[in-house]
Amino acid sequence: MNFWNDPLKVAADWLTGIFTGWGMPSVGANVLVAFLGVLMLITILMVIDIFLVWIERKVVARFQDRLGPNRVGPFGLIQPFADIIKLMIKEDTTPDGADKVVYNIAPLLSMMSVLILWAVVPLAPVMLGVDLNAGVLFIIAAGSIGTLSIIMAGWSSNNKFSVIGAFRQVAVMVSFEIPMLAVLLIPTIFSGSMGMNAIIQSQDIWFIFLSPLAALIFLIAAIAELGRAPFDLAEGESELVSGYNIEYSGMKFGMFYAGELLHAFTFGGFWAIMFFGGYRFFGLEKVSPFLAIVIILFKALLGYWVIMWVKYTVMRIRIDQMLAFNWKFLTPVAFVLVMVTALMNALLRGAPSWLFITGMLLSNVIVAWVSMEFVRSAARQEREKVEGLKQVAEAHH
Amino acid sequence: MIPLSWYLILAAGLFSIGLFGVLARRNAVAILLGVELMLNAVNINLVAFWRYGDISMMAGQVFAIIVFAVAAAEVAVGLALVISVYRRRSTVVAEDLDLLKW
Amino acid sequence: MTGEQVIFLIVGAVTLIAGLMVVTVRNLVHAALWLVATLFGVAIVYTLLNAGFLAVVQVVVYIGAIAILFIFAVMLTRRQAAETGASVNPNWLVGAVMSVLTFAGLVYLLQTWSGFSKQAAAIPSGFDAINQLGNALTSPTGYVLPFEVASVLLLAALVGAVYLAFNKK
Repeated sequence: MNFWNDPLKVAADWLTGIFTGWGMPSVGANVLVAFLGVLMLITILMVIDIFLVWIERKVVARFQDRLGPNRVGPFGLIQPFADIIKLMIKEDTTPDGADKVVYNIAPLLSMMSVLILWAVVPLAPVMLGVDLNAGVLFIIAAGSIGTLSIIMAGWSSNNKFSVIGAFRQVAVMVSFEIPMLAVLLIPTIFSGSMGMNAIIQSQDIWFIFLSPLAALIFLIAAIAELGRAPFDLAEGESELVSGYNIEYSGMKFGMFYAGELLHAFTFGGFWAIMFFGGYRFFGLEKVSPFLAIVIILFKALLGYWVIMWVKYTVMRIRIDQMLAFNWKFLTPVAFVLVMVTALMNALLRGAPSWLFITGMLLSNVIVAWVSMEFVRSAARQEREKVEGLKQVAEAHH
Repeated sequence: MIPLSWYLILAAGLFSIGLFGVLARRNAVAILLGVELMLNAVNINLVAFWRYGDISMMAGQVFAIIVFAVAAAEVAVGLALVISVYRRRSTVVAEDLDLLKW
Repeated sequence: MTGEQVIFLIVGAVTLIAGLMVVTVRNLVHAALWLVATLFGVAIVYTLLNAGFLAVVQVVVYIGAIAILFIFAVMLTRRQAAETGASVNPNWLVGAVMSVLTFAGLVYLLQTWSGFSKQAAAIPSGFDAINQLGNALTSPTGYVLPFEVASVLLLAALVGAVYLAFNKK
């Protein structure tokens, strides 16, 4: 076990040695080392977060045929620091009649709900916070804390726009949790475990090849959970000004903003973990944990890029369309997919791997095709109804 | 290590607090909040008995899960009733809903 | 006193205080938020009891769904933001006496029981609680029938709630 193969353990042993050398009890030293580890992870994440601001602004600029920030520093790399200084020295306002305690806790809770997600993210085979055996559920649990922070922010601001924005956002998050939870069961079925590390370890074939439909549904539900376009109607600038965070200024707004960016990046990472093999890439992860970290960060950025791609090319939809889309289409498809996958998994248990992959892929294609046929026939009926109403109206004239 | 009694006393305390909420609050939503506390107290007991009894008998955890389901159902129907009452009577104060009293 | 006991005492105290706030604060949104704090405390108690899965489910179901539903219901059932009138009914003193008596009675009954201050047995190595729970919930010799009944109950509650809260106009 040297530093190159297991850096965290080596560093932890070294630090524990130092602390116990100072006469600290070993329990205290362990707690302190764990605390330092958490502090280090959060610091790294916040630094990544600063650069995510730059990445997001550069990418959106390219999508919109602009240059993006390019004045401060090379390629505008110093721009996010300028933004942070601006946010820090802005006046920190609290609206009249706001519920002060709740108002101030909400941004912290929002940031926290994103940061605790990283407790279960395996960065390398030996580098992860906890290998929770309910890791998949943990994602949903952390998401529900995010929901809570949004409703707290919207309610405590004492502003109708923020309450409406919060209501919409919470409706979206609560309802899209269901298809997300359902498709998260599919990697669980394939790997036989809810732990993140076990899911990655069992991806000799990336799960995207076994269940592309599940990957797609997870992406859609993740985008809704993030409140990004086309599901950003909680912000809806033209109707709601800015949504639940309308009354926040300075760094408190910055917390929501940074939290949203990091959340998108994190879900890019979860997409990679669930369906693209996480830190695995043709055995490269076995060379060194450092290489594994590079691989998973690259995959997470790729997922983040897809989320941005969707955000800046698709337009916003209405709340009733979105809820109908979830409850009448996405949720049933997700449930059917889980049932079909579980059934196929049981049927093809002893089958050779080529048959397993083909069977899974075929069942996915069939589910997708049947659901599209359902949508088409429903749309046809709707059109005929509208046509019929038009004819009746014309006959009356 | 923690003896079983600590968990049981915690659960008993939480149950009594919930009972006070149910008996004393005027607002129907607040009464439902008290019921939630009582259900949680029961769940602490169930899980504690699972842990301190035979650990391979999963009855405690299974019943905790069923209590989750019952709590979710109870809240959904209860709050729907409260909202429906509020629409008709414009009040959610439990003692104002006395049409059946004489 | 071990570290585990210290954690339990802190969590237990926070849970009970938050529970007291739930039943005493006037502002109902605050009461719902204190309920969230109580539920978090209970989730940590589950973790102390080595039931990590239930702790996560507690956060998903109670905080992610039930607490949010409460906050929605509070906001939907009042005309103005401020609370009016007393938060407790005239019989609150009787209620308080009743609940204190319940607590005293429960503790008295429990401490006459021989297993009251039992210690937990060590968890056998390789024991997978989630696996066992899943098997217990789905095996015909286990609890598959209660599990199915619970799912039917949830469906009935779903339909009933939609029917009750639906505005026919």
